[in-house]
Amino acid sequence: MTSTKTAPPSAPSPQQARPDRTERTPRRIAFGHKLSKWDLKLSPYLYISPFFILFAITGLFPIAYTAVISFMDWDLVRNSGTFIGFDQYVYVLTQPKFWIALRNTFSIFLLSSVPQLILAVFIATMLDQNIRAKTFWRMGVLLPYVMAPVAVALIFSNMFGDKYGLINTLLGNIGLPPVMWHSNAFASHIAIATMVNFRWTGYNTLILLAAMQAIPRDYYEAAAIDGANKFRQFTAITLPSLRPTLIFVIITSTIGGLQIFDEPRMYDQFGTGGANSQWLTISLYLYDIGWGQWNFGRAAALAWILFLIILAIGVVNMLVTNRLVRDEGSRDGRSRRDRRAAAIAARTELEHRVGGTVRDDFGSTSTGAATSDTNDKTTEVAR
Amino acid sequence: MKLSRRTRAIAAVAGAASIAIIAAGCAPSSDSGSDGGQVELTVATFNDFGYTDELLQEYMDANPNVKVVQNVAATSNDARANYFQKLGKKGLADVEAIEVDWLPEVMQYSDLLAPVPADLKDRWLDWKTAAATDADGNLIGYGTDIGPEGVCYRSDLFAAAGLPTDRDEVAKLLDGDWAKYFEVGAQYTAATGSAFFDSAGGTYQGMINQVEAAYEDPDSGDITATTNPEVEDLYNQVLDASATQSAHLGQWSDDWFAGLSNGAFATMLCPGWMLGVISGNAEDVTGWDIANTFPNGGGNWGGSYLTVPANGANVEEAQKLADWLTAPEQQVKAFENAGTFPSQNEALTSDTLLGSTNEYFNNAPVGQILTDRANAITVAPFKGPFYFQVNDAMQQALTRVEDGTQDKKASWDQWVSEVEAIG
Repeated sequence: MTSTKTAPPSAPSPQQARPDRTERTPRRIAFGHKLSKWDLKLSPYLYISPFFILFAITGLFPIAYTAVISFMDWDLVRNSGTFIGFDQYVYVLTQPKFWIALRNTFSIFLLSSVPQLILAVFIATMLDQNIRAKTFWRMGVLLPYVMAPVAVALIFSNMFGDKYGLINTLLGNIGLPPVMWHSNAFASHIAIATMVNFRWTGYNTLILLAAMQAIPRDYYEAAAIDGANKFRQFTAITLPSLRPTLIFVIITSTIGGLQIFDEPRMYDQFGTGGANSQWLTISLYLYDIGWGQWNFGRAAALAWILFLIILAIGVVNMLVTNRLVRDEGSRDGRSRRDRRAAAIAARTELEHRVGGTVRDDFGSTSTGAATSDTNDKTTEVAR
Repeated sequence: MKLSRRTRAIAAVAGAASIAIIAAGCAPSSDSGSDGGQVELTVATFNDFGYTDELLQEYMDANPNVKVVQNVAATSNDARANYFQKLGKKGLADVEAIEVDWLPEVMQYSDLLAPVPADLKDRWLDWKTAAATDADGNLIGYGTDIGPEGVCYRSDLFAAAGLPTDRDEVAKLLDGDWAKYFEVGAQYTAATGSAFFDSAGGTYQGMINQVEAAYEDPDSGDITATTNPEVEDLYNQVLDASATQSAHLGQWSDDWFAGLSNGAFATMLCPGWMLGVISGNAEDVTGWDIANTFPNGGGNWGGSYLTVPANGANVEEAQKLADWLTAPEQQVKAFENAGTFPSQNEALTSDTLLGSTNEYFNNAPVGQILTDRANAITVAPFKGPFYFQVNDAMQQALTRVEDGTQDKKASWDQWVSEVEAIG
């Protein structure tokens, strides 16, 4: 593009300059000149280097080191080990505990992330309305996030006590049998998911709220004029516009959910995931192998397995994301041209029926699916 | 072979690099040790060892060239993590406290610790030194406190069940083996319909601590837990009793703490340090008392040691300090400060100790009772490197039966398969 613009007027000049250059001995480039050349070429890398140097020390090196250790029978204190190949990986993968931990991790992840996102979207929509004392409510939803996780765990462990807990006492008062929060696996997952939801719903709400406020208000006005009710506005405008933000929230909560540690660790007095591994998660299992049994070779192998699991799910996430982002805006799967054609067709038919000119806005904002639908709206507006 | 050597080299380089990083991070700490000048000694403890500033000041007054600084970790677990991450490298305090729970793990690295001078060995109870002596005969820990166990009981609940309430009579009533203890439990349960003891796990802890070689062969180090008939007997005995007599409240759970005050159970095995736990969590209850008895003889639960890392900057001075801190006079003072029951022969005859009473426990002469309980201990159970993993799995097996997740047989089988996977 640029070359075609600049080439024609300055075309002869290089040829004039050429004989000059052959006569003259090449000028020695001064050191200062060299410096400035390096400056130009190297500076950008230098400016970003602190992060990467730090990352290499604190991130890359431990990751590589972990990989080395995972192939060894490692003694932490003596800092030595013997190479044993894939034995640690084989051991971990053949442990029933590992598979139970994997099941628990996904179960808790689903029980926390799904209701959490639905709730967060709902609350964010409510906060997006015209309500009094906006800042107060917005700060309010973030309050659980500010609380220390240990404090949250203390409160909830009081609620979820098997015998004298708040919830079971209430259940007993209305004549229902108590829930065995610490022996029933599913009940323990719900209890832990509740703690996670309590903490993270408000945080996700704020992110989604920010995204909602970035949606141009014109859309809603137009939709309201079209006669779309609040729910229709939500499904047709808010949700599709939230898609990129939702994807971000889903990915972060996936990573967080698969590494869940604090809540299950604080769930009972031992922090080892229950007598029958009812709420043992992968990271809890990893911690127990590493810091409970001092078997760092095995813990390193498990860490790498967890890393690969997260990576695999990350790739799936990315593929799904790519599809959704590319399709963004065309909810019914038709191309822009199709939709425009449909809109024009709808408008002409409308003109036929109503017998007057319809303003351009109507045609382009309605999805143009059903003419009768549009017709109803127009009459509604006319009234 | 070639591959193995190469990876070892890589590991060595990696290890060296990590040490370098750690060392760099902890560099500005070694201004001590100059000849004739001031020596700064650090003592790392956890919870409350009873080493107050006044006590440490006494040592500094007697040794003007020494300055003692104490670092207190919140829990034994924090101290354990710190200990193993730095042992054999740099960064440990000159004197490091360790707990008996992770002593077996420390024993694997006894060569990295400075041994206790031979002339001090007679200071402590035999079984206390035996547990901290390695295969070469080196004693690596200066014993601080021990946890001799009695039986705590609720005299008000005993009265309601028609059992004696006076602590001497209760001691007589319970005198005998575990069968006797559970027999009284059956009486109590029949009379009141409520639980006799807190949990199978807590009671089993008292039972297994009387078995000389419960889980591992002392000579070969092999895990023998699953084939040891004694272990299976205890497992069956405690679970048979627990079906009707246990409150099924796992120790240290919120429900258990609530049970201390709401009368969910009438007795509990009680090491000396448990007295503070009870009185602190059931302040309004007036019925708790302690009987001078323990099923099947004596039993110890818990206790600590001081160790001196061999690569410290001031090993000799540190040894002197550890020697002084664990001398009978200082340990009696520590007992007065924090209730840590001393492990020194001489301290057990101290008038201060024998004369001490506990107001909460109906003015029980706890000093005398615990001293008697300490003298009743005859067995030093062997605990190898896998002891706590095996025991942990056993505790979980007992909990599974108590909370109804599995029956006795299924839980035992699962424990066996878990133990076989260890190692």
